[in-house]
Amino acid sequence: MKSKWWLIGLLVCLVLASLAPLASSSPDGLERVAEDKGFIDMAQAAPFQVIADYVFPGIQNETLATILAGLTGTLILFAFVYLLSWVLVYRKRSGRSEA
Amino acid sequence: MHIPDGFLNVATVATTYAVSAGGVGNAVRIANKKLGEKQVPLMGVMAAFIFAAQMLNFPIAGGTSGHLTGAALASILLGPWASVLIMTCVLIAQSLIFQDGGLLALGANILNMGIIASFSSYYVYRLIMSLMGNNKRNMLIGSFAGAWIATVLSASAAAVELAVSGVSPLHLVLPAMAGVHALIGIGEGLITGAVLGAVLAARADLLQLKPI
Repeated sequence: MKSKWWLIGLLVCLVLASLAPLASSSPDGLERVAEDKGFIDMAQAAPFQVIADYVFPGIQNETLATILAGLTGTLILFAFVYLLSWVLVYRKRSGRSEA
Repeated sequence: MHIPDGFLNVATVATTYAVSAGGVGNAVRIANKKLGEKQVPLMGVMAAFIFAAQMLNFPIAGGTSGHLTGAALASILLGPWASVLIMTCVLIAQSLIFQDGGLLALGANILNMGIIASFSSYYVYRLIMSLMGNNKRNMLIGSFAGAWIATVLSASAAAVELAVSGVSPLHLVLPAMAGVHALIGIGEGLITGAVLGAVLAARADLLQLKPI
């Protein structure tokens, strides 16, 4: 059970992501400065949109769309960084056995 | 403080991409050499945590919000190079999938929130621990200070990049960015300390792993 601590960690992350609809929607530090100093309009929209602005596309309910975006991103990052780290550890092993 | 596209000029985009590519390449090499099996799940959970926590904007003064960057937490728990790798993955996903932070500005965002934040927080934390002694109280003080300084330094780096790009003069944008993020950095410091305290209570052995 102790070796599965990371499952609990991931679960905590998923719970945190589900709280995203409660987050403050005020402009962040950089956006505030960009507004105050008058250069916010220089910002360009992205050339493509996937889950733009953390709102899952095609879902009417915005709360649900935000939660889904958060859960998707949390799982993608866990899986990707886990895999990347695993490959980095594994490649080191095979490199050593060849040497 | 994810910089969108349109703010940085070509020279700044090219320079920050080059510096970040070098830094991330080195992070991959060092992680390849030093990363251990035990750290693999922690790397994944840390990336997931930083992504989730970055969605949770908290209000600060004057109708402005801030959110955790997470580089201090990652660098104190896993080491600065591991933190650069995690932050890079988070920032790439945010830019490619969530349209948070520009594609051309990605190099600058990795430099500010990945490289500068990870190394400044890590060494401030280490410095405080070695000056004041290795105990739980100093760990919390060191992580707060490291996280606060990392937030202000990454915001200042962003301000310099904006000024060099000719978006806003340095004498206006630097104090504005550093000032707002001095407030956001308090949140960063408190959350970093709280999470480290929780990890210390639940799995103190994770803090004994060799930093990368």
